[in-house]
Amino acid sequence: MESSSTPSEVAAAAESALDVHLREVVRWHFSAETGTPFWLDWARRAGWDPAAEVTRFADLARFPHFVDEWLRDEPPERWVPRAFAGRPYKVFETGGTTGMPKQRVSWDDHLVDYTEFSKTLDDAAFPRGASWLMIGPTGPRRLRLAIEHLANLRGGSCFHVDLDPRWVVKLLGQKEVELANRYKDHVVDQAAMILKHRRVGCLFATPKLLEALGERLSIPAAGIKGVFCGGTSMTHQLVRFLVEEVLENKVAFVPTYGNTLMGLACSRPLLPEDNWSVTYYAPQPRAVLRVVDPGATDRLVDYGRFGRVELTTLTQEFFLPRFLERDEAERRHPCALYPWDGVGDVRPWGMLEKKVVEGVY
Amino acid sequence: MGFGISTIHVPLLRRGLPYRSLDTLPVRHHATGETLAEVSQANAGLLRRDLAAANLAAAAKALRGLGAARRVELCARAGELFRHAALPMGEGAPPQPPEEYVRVLSATSGLPWVLCRRNLEKVHYVLTRMELILRGLTRGLELSVLDQGRGLQGDVPVSFFAAADALGVVLPSNSPGVNSLWLPALALGVPVILKPGGEEPWTPWRIVQAFLAAGCPREALGFYPAGHDGGDVIVAGCGRALLFGDERTVARHAANPAVQVHGPGRSKVLIGPDEIGRWPEHLDVLVASIAENGGRSCVNASAVVVPSHADEIAEALARRLAEIRPRPADDPEALLAAFADRRVADALDASIEEGLREPGAVDVTARLRPAGTARRTDFEGGAYLLPTVVRCGSLAHPLGNREFLFPYASVVEVTAERMVEEIGPSLVVTAITRDREMVGRLLASPHVGRLNLGALPTSHVRWDQPHEGNLFEFLYRRRAIQWAGES
Repeated sequence: MESSSTPSEVAAAAESALDVHLREVVRWHFSAETGTPFWLDWARRAGWDPAAEVTRFADLARFPHFVDEWLRDEPPERWVPRAFAGRPYKVFETGGTTGMPKQRVSWDDHLVDYTEFSKTLDDAAFPRGASWLMIGPTGPRRLRLAIEHLANLRGGSCFHVDLDPRWVVKLLGQKEVELANRYKDHVVDQAAMILKHRRVGCLFATPKLLEALGERLSIPAAGIKGVFCGGTSMTHQLVRFLVEEVLENKVAFVPTYGNTLMGLACSRPLLPEDNWSVTYYAPQPRAVLRVVDPGATDRLVDYGRFGRVELTTLTQEFFLPRFLERDEAERRHPCALYPWDGVGDVRPWGMLEKKVVEGVY
Repeated sequence: MGFGISTIHVPLLRRGLPYRSLDTLPVRHHATGETLAEVSQANAGLLRRDLAAANLAAAAKALRGLGAARRVELCARAGELFRHAALPMGEGAPPQPPEEYVRVLSATSGLPWVLCRRNLEKVHYVLTRMELILRGLTRGLELSVLDQGRGLQGDVPVSFFAAADALGVVLPSNSPGVNSLWLPALALGVPVILKPGGEEPWTPWRIVQAFLAAGCPREALGFYPAGHDGGDVIVAGCGRALLFGDERTVARHAANPAVQVHGPGRSKVLIGPDEIGRWPEHLDVLVASIAENGGRSCVNASAVVVPSHADEIAEALARRLAEIRPRPADDPEALLAAFADRRVADALDASIEEGLREPGAVDVTARLRPAGTARRTDFEGGAYLLPTVVRCGSLAHPLGNREFLFPYASVVEVTAERMVEEIGPSLVVTAITRDREMVGRLLASPHVGRLNLGALPTSHVRWDQPHEGNLFEFLYRRRAIQWAGES
């Protein structure tokens, strides 16, 4: 992108790049040679040909909202594009849900997402060659492999402490707060042990675990230079508290918003005028986040207004149109680093109306 | 009555120092909905950090370092300042004189000025009579024994040690008077971590400011408005905690000796068979027991239990209580409080109506209210519940043994022999009787927290008596001690 471009030119360029990418991905998933069985069957029943008829992002409105139960009901092979037939794949599951999990197949997407993310990290805060510690959900989730890949890519290796979010959700659902806290202690004990005996420079943790670790030891004194944090929503106050007190204003703090279905949305670096409000940007064109009017989901809300978060994922490995996340957020303006809409103050959908069990993890 | 001033911001006080949180909640005028203050909210992690053992130990050390005598003086000074001085009131607001405190407390809590003032006097009384109160709590212990760790009580060697470095207090919003319960902690050398009720930051804030102005070590005073998660952190993180709540809260902490829960009081007035013939003479005590402080306290009677004459007593009581009507907040005759949250008033009213659908209960007050006036009524924009007397067939009826946040009582007939057994747990029992057998049964009952013998209203409090558990015994433990050289 040329530096002389105006912001609107930059945004327009991003939009047309997205349309080019979209056409490729839709053609890929809906053509007989490369297409995905699930989507080919869908198109047959729907009676139109997305491969030919989708030319720009607005055309996605012809798809219904993706129903994530499909990822539970349809076996993984139904999501394998014919182009990849015969190539063994990985199966990743979504975070804290109970019952039969939702699954997404992957070959390289989880690595590509983190390769891209790595480019946004500051080498001073996430030094090349430093070891990482990941404290969070491992098991059938992509996060473990993704973070290890990130560490390896940057020349380091990664230690892991597992947290099973499904167990936490179950405990909280049964009001076993005491047990949930003991489980949290068990996780933090292991992390503190690693930090005591191994030299670690970079950390991944969920906000609650980061907070709990900070109650056990001084994170900067343990040698941590940068923290990459994600998993649950964070209020302005919590972000400020983590930066000022848990990280003692000495450790870089990189909040992200992500999940198995999207990948990883990065945050614009915080400025004083943000007043600790984090804005996330989807990894366009591989995924698009929009903030839509919950009453009329084909419409975006105005900038500065809250609406429901809608995710569209567009890769050769996975096509997911117009999925309504269980989150609400404020629609934010594009920025120089990410010339497309951002989502701010992400929080569980319907937070004001009903109580949502969000993991303590 | 305009509040014209720009919105007050009430910060947290972290180890006594102001901290403005990015999470805030409004406190609104009960009738107009106008936001009168934005109150900083503590996140759970912040509280856990501040409640780290080393912080609490430092706070306790600073407070205990003063010695008991100086702490008692400090309470007296703070009491005078609380009662008379203009004290700091958050950011962007001028110091708050007591009249302004009364005005704003009334505006958000719905309590009329006269009741706010009475609570102001109550806090002042407790702070300035601390020595008397401690004498009652400790049964006359020389306070220097706490400083030295050991001494004599009478001629018995004793040794006491603090069971905790902080007392966490999770406060309700219903009446500012409840703050008097935790005040002795500071005199006893135990720092406090206060979580005010969502609608009533004013009183704990003002008490803390009075203590700061009086020269109390800052770190001994924590003020942390927060959500339920913050309350849980306080209960888990302070060595001892007082909290106020409903039946479920009580049950949740029942097994935890470090937590004292103040639940529904279910206070009662009993009239014995010897006095029942003279019941009209006792109507004043019944009315005061039910209606004082707007009926908002756990020491208000919620049942009148008699061996006979229940119908007549219910009728006469209802006539007296039905005279109590909402009045303007600044009316010195005002006795009723508006509800800070009208949904609470609606819910309580619905719950009473539901109870009345069960056979065996009649709202005796219903037909005595002015024509067209329902129990749940609005006055000058405020939501009120009018005093209600329900004649119940038994204490087991859903309305027989219930406590509501307004002047409410059931009138129930129970034989003198069965009375003490049937009343169940009751914070205060006023027993108007000289019947030896009945008094004996009451004295032996494990269910009675405070026993008023004779015609004393349930709300009558003698401060040299422990209230709802003895705070000294809660905060201090006695160890066995013996020393050589003295017998």
